[in-house]
Amino acid sequence: MKDLLAGPVRVVNVGLARFAAELRAEGVEVAEVDWAPPAAPPAALALADRLEAGSPAGDRIETANREAAGRMLQGDPVLIDVLPAEEAVPGMRDRLLLHAGPPIGWERMCGPMRGAVAGAAVLEGWAGDLDEATDLAAAGGVDFAPNHHHDAVGPMTGIITRSMPVMVVENRAFGNRAYCTLNEGLGKVMRFGGNDADVRGRLRWLAEVLGPAVGAALRHTGGIALKGIVARGLAAGDEMHQRNAACTGLLLRALAPALARTCRDREALASVLAFIAGNDQFFLNVAMALGKAVADPARGVAGASLVTAMSRNGADFGIRLSGAGDRWFTAPVEMPRGLYFPGFAEADANPDMGDSTIVETVGLGGFAMAAAPAVVGFVGAGSAAEAAGYTRRMYEITLARNPEWTIPALDFAGVPTGIDARRVVASGIAPTINTGIAHREPGIGQVGAGVVRAPMACFVKALEALAEEVLAEAPE
Amino acid sequence: MSRAAGVVGNRVRRGFYLDSVALMRLSASLEARAGVESASLMIGTPSNLALLDEAGLLAGEGRAAGPNDLVLAVRAAGEEALAAALAAAEASLDGAAAGPEARGGRTAGRFPGLDAACRALPGANLAIVSVPGPFAAREARRALARGLHVLVFSDNVPVEEEIALKHEGRARGRLVMGPDCGTAIIAGAPLAFANRVRRGAVGVVSASGTGLQELSVLVHRAGGGVSHGIGVGGRDLGDEVGGLGAFMALDALEADPATRHVVILSKPPGPRTEAALLARIAEYAKPVTLCLVGRGRAALPPNAALAPTLRDAARLALDACAAAGAARAPERPADLAPDQGSAGGADDRMDGNPGEGPRGNASGGRTHDDPAVAAASASDAPTAARVAALQPPPSSRPGRIVGLFSGGTLCAEGQALLLRAGLGVASNTPVPGAARLTAPAGRLAPAPAASASASPDGSRASPTAAPGHVFLDLGADEYTAGRPHPMIEPAMRTGVLAAALADPTAGVVVLDVVLGLGSHPDPTAPIAAAVRAAPADRPAVVASVCGTERDPQGYAAQRRVLESAGVLVADSNADAVEAAVRIVAGPPPAGGG
Repeated sequence: MKDLLAGPVRVVNVGLARFAAELRAEGVEVAEVDWAPPAAPPAALALADRLEAGSPAGDRIETANREAAGRMLQGDPVLIDVLPAEEAVPGMRDRLLLHAGPPIGWERMCGPMRGAVAGAAVLEGWAGDLDEATDLAAAGGVDFAPNHHHDAVGPMTGIITRSMPVMVVENRAFGNRAYCTLNEGLGKVMRFGGNDADVRGRLRWLAEVLGPAVGAALRHTGGIALKGIVARGLAAGDEMHQRNAACTGLLLRALAPALARTCRDREALASVLAFIAGNDQFFLNVAMALGKAVADPARGVAGASLVTAMSRNGADFGIRLSGAGDRWFTAPVEMPRGLYFPGFAEADANPDMGDSTIVETVGLGGFAMAAAPAVVGFVGAGSAAEAAGYTRRMYEITLARNPEWTIPALDFAGVPTGIDARRVVASGIAPTINTGIAHREPGIGQVGAGVVRAPMACFVKALEALAEEVLAEAPE
Repeated sequence: MSRAAGVVGNRVRRGFYLDSVALMRLSASLEARAGVESASLMIGTPSNLALLDEAGLLAGEGRAAGPNDLVLAVRAAGEEALAAALAAAEASLDGAAAGPEARGGRTAGRFPGLDAACRALPGANLAIVSVPGPFAAREARRALARGLHVLVFSDNVPVEEEIALKHEGRARGRLVMGPDCGTAIIAGAPLAFANRVRRGAVGVVSASGTGLQELSVLVHRAGGGVSHGIGVGGRDLGDEVGGLGAFMALDALEADPATRHVVILSKPPGPRTEAALLARIAEYAKPVTLCLVGRGRAALPPNAALAPTLRDAARLALDACAAAGAARAPERPADLAPDQGSAGGADDRMDGNPGEGPRGNASGGRTHDDPAVAAASASDAPTAARVAALQPPPSSRPGRIVGLFSGGTLCAEGQALLLRAGLGVASNTPVPGAARLTAPAGRLAPAPAASASASPDGSRASPTAAPGHVFLDLGADEYTAGRPHPMIEPAMRTGVLAAALADPTAGVVVLDVVLGLGSHPDPTAPIAAAVRAAPADRPAVVASVCGTERDPQGYAAQRRVLESAGVLVADSNADAVEAAVRIVAGPPPAGGG
């Protein structure tokens, strides 16, 4: 106790702010904890505390987490190709429709997802029109499965069917591949539930022109390494979820010479270049495939409390834990808070949706908010300094800082990487997710963008499952 | 997508780009203006123009905008509101280039969690936990796990949690002060509710917040100083907790080179804990003064002495330090009656040469707590003179003593002094030998008509309904549930004070005023106001002020406020109660314990 009585006293203040203020006036150094009542129920808190480092079970989790987070950080994602889903995605077949989020059936799907399902069914020729497609889906004529069960991810509704072109990202450190559709651009699009002839027409153009052109160019380059692009994007104000302006430009810069060499049709080349250049979010889908490719090798580390996937289907928010197998731990999604396009308001918003949370899973998006001052308005923060607070909070719940992805505004601190379910429960700090907001009715599209929290209940359930296993093997 | 029949107007800025998020924020702030039905600022891409059109926001000029232009679109209830909104939009666009709003920075120094705070403050060694009781033990445990010592200010922490925390603290070699630790002074830093006092040779282990405050200010005002005041929480020396905190604090002070003498403050310990405590003291390397308020006689080891009051404990400790050669500060505040060099009437064995070694001569088993102590105190010349100098106003009358305390230990000390003087007393927090007031404070039996009519708040009145001497701890739970503690908000005491001042059976009202960090910036003002507003034949009012000149409120200034209102101000709480006893001297009123 000499360390204390010898002074000087250096205080961490947890609670009444007046104590901190008075101590500062006395010349005592104080760090204040911004305390809030815990978000998790008492039993879950006690469990999270039991699993902290220091106990046998906690130490076992620590070791496992080091392995799992290490795998996540070692990933080397390279964009290598664009191929039709049926050629690339494992298990893809006719009448199979992959969707965002944890498993869900037609009866529980939200409006936009139903709209997208109907549109995809018409696109694939499973139905003659949207009404017929709706009847088909309702009657069980379509098989549904989560993208995540097929090494894939998709934004918002996240629909992937056999003819859709998908980008292929290979993680060259581990050899695994992940897939994501091409970004359709803004306006009425299938990822927001759009399904009319225009939407389907653009999807056909993606499959017939854009996908083959980009695929050929990528094969010509031998693949474009993505880690460096993301690093430069972070320095240029992207966080890879709501803002991808810099990365889209950087990717296009890398792609353009190869496109020029491989695309024989000058009109097609011009339209491809114009499409990518005209869509600041083109890189979002690349970042998603990257996230999936980097997160997957971290799966299956026994005892690890690292989160390997976060995803939403418009009804449920689901997470997976490295040490808890391929189970989904779900809770009802929350409503995003954000800003709306003209003519729309919160009442129009669909509940949270999409696999895009894979970018937060690997330390980008809401976790890298401090890198992207341009989009701070979406999180209700009035200043870049407040937005940096979002990133700072994420350090409380993550296992590592990615040394290759740094944020200049935080003195080049690495992005918070590798969500630890224990710390989420123990701190009450839920992962912050940047997201687009879809209209609740199918076919209308995006109505705004904002921020949403991962529901605490997912992490509580996941931790309980992990504890069962870990405590059984390493009793205290 | 509702469409109202308002007036739509567009403006276009050619070649103007602003991030769409910034534009959406501006749109939102425009929509918040009175008279604006809908507003949107968008870059004029075809898809955006279609969106605006769909929303009924596109008109005239806007239709001609291109993808490099910014469209300002507003629909308002009338032309005037439309023009004002468009002007505001233009102004905010110009303002947006000037930089972000000057916000942020407010949260500097606040961290999202314990780990971030510890990272930000290398060498952090103490956590102060003051979150609501049900959450406090967990925060304390997390702090311990990160190697911090812990002060748990929170109350309402289950005793099992306290025990578990203290065991864990002991295993980790970390102090756990509290729960319900209101005061500590560590290495010169006043923590939570504490006074600014000189650093010195007196170390304190205290189960009482206000007890530690009173002792430390008395030591300071007598020219001495405090090495450390370690709070352990009110339950620590009960047999359930068994002194886990006190024993660790004693170990720490034993090893601390700055500490020459140790004072232990508590209500009477549990019997098993007391036995263990005395056994520990018997082999303790430093002399010890025990102030176990309300405790009867006890057999003590040779290096220990028992002080009946905080005042006596301060004097015993200082004299022992002086005897051991520890210097007192040479400067003395001018407003203090001198007591340096007093023989310490409560302990005739202190009456030795200053050059002698520390207390602890051959005689074992001392007791300082026999009924003669009160008389001995009174016969201590300086104290007696001080107390006798507190003369009641000529208008005062005989009657009973009503004590209205903000400090729980000061209330207990007052009760103990009355019992020693042979007077009965009742209290909501009775010491052994005092009677328990059963009705909660706010619901004492209705006040007599006389006092009720004089009281601004007759329903809440009155200790006067209970017969005999009454000492109320107004900081007890039944008074503070849903209301601030009287140390934080002294005005909460004025209702009951006014009632006591209007009570024809009251002869003396005794008050404490606690200064220092955490306390109200001007606690004497409402007391002075209440005394001035009292009837001419009010009872005498005797108060003590627990504070130092270094405290934010200023000891002398607070004292003067009371004195100018006609309050008799004693130098310590014990002095105040003894003065009250003198004033009402005569056959004790009926009632009490």
